[in-house]
Amino acid sequence: MSAKPKVDRRGFLARGLAIAGASLLGGCDSELSEQPWVKRILDSAEALTRVTQRALISPTALAREYSEADISKEFKANGSTDPDDEGYKAHAANGFADWKLKVGGLVGQPLELSLPDLRAMPARTQITRHDCVEGWSCIGKWTGVPLKALLDKAGIQPSARYIVFYCADDLGQTGDDSGKYYESVGLQDAFHPQTILAYEMNGAALPIPHGAPLRLRVERQLGYKMAKYVMRIEAVDGIAGIHGGRGGFWEDLGYEWYAGI
Amino acid sequence: MTTEVRREVIYRHSGAVRVTHWVNVVCLLVLLMSGLQIFNAHPALYFGAKSTFDDPVMAMRAMKQGEQIVGLTTVAGWNIDTTNLFGLAYAPDGDYEVRGFPWSVTLPGHRDLSTGRRWHFFFAWLFVINGLIYLIYSFVSGHLTRDLAPSGSELKHIGASIWEHLRLRFPQGEEAKRYNVLQKLAYLFVALVLLPLMLATGLAMSPGMDAGYPFLLDFFGGRQSARAIHFIAASGIVLFVVVHLVMVLISGVWNNLRSMVTGRYVIKLPEG
Repeated sequence: MSAKPKVDRRGFLARGLAIAGASLLGGCDSELSEQPWVKRILDSAEALTRVTQRALISPTALAREYSEADISKEFKANGSTDPDDEGYKAHAANGFADWKLKVGGLVGQPLELSLPDLRAMPARTQITRHDCVEGWSCIGKWTGVPLKALLDKAGIQPSARYIVFYCADDLGQTGDDSGKYYESVGLQDAFHPQTILAYEMNGAALPIPHGAPLRLRVERQLGYKMAKYVMRIEAVDGIAGIHGGRGGFWEDLGYEWYAGI
Repeated sequence: MTTEVRREVIYRHSGAVRVTHWVNVVCLLVLLMSGLQIFNAHPALYFGAKSTFDDPVMAMRAMKQGEQIVGLTTVAGWNIDTTNLFGLAYAPDGDYEVRGFPWSVTLPGHRDLSTGRRWHFFFAWLFVINGLIYLIYSFVSGHLTRDLAPSGSELKHIGASIWEHLRLRFPQGEEAKRYNVLQKLAYLFVALVLLPLMLATGLAMSPGMDAGYPFLLDFFGGRQSARAIHFIAASGIVLFVVVHLVMVLISGVWNNLRSMVTGRYVIKLPEG
């Protein structure tokens, strides 16, 4: 930023007052938040929230669905908007004609499905609100295959507890695969009727900024759960051994795995 | 003529009121500061279900004005220059940073949404549990009807009470043994309207709760409305706290503080 900010007397006074008043807390909180015991105590609220919401909200309760008129004219694309991965770019260049979704892990029948294969499966269309953890909301129309249909087709084993989604975008930019986006959901959300793998947005093929060719929709949680550029799905019995062990890219950076609030 | 003054010590605040008061002080301070951290992740408000990014009801932004960068706060179409404070805020190193509220009023001070959320939700739970204890106690013990509910005659003479407050004259003697009508109404409004409203609008922002309890969306007019009302109600609480602190200061700060710590409050009565 080369331009000089304007400083006036009123602003300076207010600034002095604000510093004097708040440095008491503001100054020391940054270190306080880093203390392991503080983190542990604060973390305990996540489990309480998850257990309480699970108890208060019916597993089959649907997120509100809106009308065509409610669809956002401008739907913000957050996080990765154009993956820099060579393999992904090659798929994008030929319209994902050779792209295949891999379904594996604790399943009876591993699958490899092309976009036409996915389009031939049962489809669901829903107009839902996308709530970003930052605070904004957009409404969009999504069409895709219910995750349940896919998991039924692959036949998940009884020991499976989570479904993990591996993505093409390297949001972490670590230089190896450790920074690649991934997400996970529990079985309740995996089998929820509104949990779909969308290949269409607002009636057209899913655009690249919004996760082409395939993105996850988990309508009762925040936006970061809805992984874009999904390449591979795995049924697993635990998430502790995957990447940072907290079940997702943002989760490994400190966000809650249960993103219902 | 001089009047002899007799000091009488009364037991003003019960243990439950004192403990829940101070727990609430800590909760509200942490919730406010972590709430501003969360707000800073997208410092704009909207009404309705969704965000209309080019037409916010309120926004804090940094914008170029000629050669200068200024902090602009937009409220209902009005642009207010808030350089140094909001939009373009002062930074701890004396420089400026593009953010809604400045570092000194957010928790943590630096930009860290996930940690802000952790502080917020932990203290939200504490606030709810503490608030429930207070409300149950107030109903069961009669604190609500005995100390807080204004009588008909008090409401009739509310004009006189406002006039006395404006002249900074506070009830003395027997009258000081109970809350005056303005105090009662202010406390009732905060305890029964503003604070529960904070919880309800907070829950209405949860996509999980919205699925289970869609009336939350209908009641507040959509998730983004709920977020805006959450912000407005929080501002109302800040305003209440400012007035409350001024009143505490000018109506006998040590007597007031002692009464909220030990419960004991000194009343001056004319001898006789």
